[in-house]
Amino acid sequence: MGTTTADFEVRRHDSIGLRLQHLLHGNPVLGPLAVLVLAIVAFSIVNGKFFSAANLSLVLLQVTVIAMLALGQTLIILTAGIDLSAGAIAVFSSILMALFATDAGVPAPLALLLGFACGTAMGALNGILVTRIKLPPFIVTLGTLTIFFSLNSVVSNSETVRGADMPGLMTWTGDAIPIGSFRLSYGSIIMLLLFGFFAYALSSTAWGKHVYATGDDIEAARLAGIRTGRVLFSVYTTAGLLYAVAGWILIGRLASASPNVGTEYNLDSITAVVLGGTSLFGGRGGVVGTLVGALIVGVFRNGLQLAGVEVVWQGFAIGLLVLVAVSIDQWIRKVKG
Amino acid sequence: MTTPVLEAKGLIKRYGRVVAIDGSDLDLMPGEILAVIGDNGAGKSSLIKALSGAVVPDSGEIFLDGDPVHFRNPMDARAAGIETVYQTLAVAPGLDIADNLFLGREQRMPGVLGSVFRMLDRKTMRSEAARHMSELGVGTLQNIGQAVESLSGGQRQAVAVARSAAFGSKVVILDEPTAALGVKESNRVLQLIRDVRDRGLPVILISHNMPHVFEIADRIHIQRLGRRIAVITPQSHSMSDAVAIMTGAQPPPG
Repeated sequence: MGTTTADFEVRRHDSIGLRLQHLLHGNPVLGPLAVLVLAIVAFSIVNGKFFSAANLSLVLLQVTVIAMLALGQTLIILTAGIDLSAGAIAVFSSILMALFATDAGVPAPLALLLGFACGTAMGALNGILVTRIKLPPFIVTLGTLTIFFSLNSVVSNSETVRGADMPGLMTWTGDAIPIGSFRLSYGSIIMLLLFGFFAYALSSTAWGKHVYATGDDIEAARLAGIRTGRVLFSVYTTAGLLYAVAGWILIGRLASASPNVGTEYNLDSITAVVLGGTSLFGGRGGVVGTLVGALIVGVFRNGLQLAGVEVVWQGFAIGLLVLVAVSIDQWIRKVKG
Repeated sequence: MTTPVLEAKGLIKRYGRVVAIDGSDLDLMPGEILAVIGDNGAGKSSLIKALSGAVVPDSGEIFLDGDPVHFRNPMDARAAGIETVYQTLAVAPGLDIADNLFLGREQRMPGVLGSVFRMLDRKTMRSEAARHMSELGVGTLQNIGQAVESLSGGQRQAVAVARSAAFGSKVVILDEPTAALGVKESNRVLQLIRDVRDRGLPVILISHNMPHVFEIADRIHIQRLGRRIAVITPQSHSMSDAVAIMTGAQPPPG
């Protein structure tokens, strides 16, 4: 130690395990990406049909709605929250915009905007309950999940709105641009653009830094001068809007708006986030990982199906993956300098 | 006579029937390290919170450079140039050193990139962060992009102190900066505190650690039962005198 400087030496770490821990700690996307690549290679070997343009576009199509939900979910989980109502908001928004466009006779663009506004308002409600009433996000969204699903049935009379009865704009997200024999749907394009937008916002804006800081240690963030209440509110509200966009994509995917779908979407969105390496304890991860996580779910479902594995065992495999992912996250969190 | 940089007169803070600060004074002179010591419950932390805006006193006055100030929250105090390093450090472990230095006051890119796309000027923030760290002689922390959680306790403290020194224009308040550190790291942090003072920023240091206080303080403010009962210097009194005054075993001088 010198007499004039307070120098701190950087410790060396030599074991391979420790190096791996540091590598994953610094680049949380690497792990999920490795899993995704391995899964694609493995399923391609098992069944030659897997790695065909037609099948891969099907995987992307199947994944799009969950990925959109998981995008909003990621923002919330980064703040150490959780949103159990993601799927309910998406489905409710899809019903509302479909009913506006059909029964209410509102012009399609306006019906769409009204649907987005409703989704945003539902997200904002979650945000108010979390920041003002200071209830735990798990409880808040458990409550709103139940409320939204019940309202859903009330508003729709438990009836499905057929896509054929809607203006073209409502089902436009299901249309696709053919690239060779790969079909890229407009819904997928919207989803990918939004992922790009939020990857940028999280990494390169002050808002993004504040989301991470709030999730990391909310008290520390507050003392550092961040208005954590505002950050949380913005996150829940933005997520609500993203879920509503997911609802629009859902209409295109199903060619209808149905109140009876999507019960599994809530948990699937959390699965995608976790598989993508975002920590349920907040402050770590990102949307790129979530996209990879959603693709992992899609690839596994599709690949296992092509390999002739029964549906029940597909869920088993995904559940196993989630447990492994969370265990790895815990290990990475214990990183030492 | 020089004006104190920060001066408090007759501060009172009650919590229900409990009187945390009972008419306490404090003065911090330019370019000094003022240690604040006192037994548990003497009102040290309430006093410091009043100065850093975390607590609004019921009565009494605070002067900054001779002008009266009224802090309603920590942002007010910070805007006035008073930076506080809390015992809990207030760093975001997952963010890197540069992000932490600029947390809550990020700099955006000039022009459209900043105003429309809200893009952060990461390059400037990093080089500024590196400059602040090396000015304080924490130069061996070379990788400014390193996550704070991968740093040791002393290194984290260094980041927190560097942040306060970088943005505090008037006063830096440090709450128990060596409490969680080993001997070697404590010494480095003490040196860091001297460096901050030598750059012209007066420091208020709250500490339980008498050897540390006597090693670096210019003056020592002793708080007892909610009041300042004495101000001594390491030259005028011994460590055992200080403890005796602090606990009431010895009457305060004068």
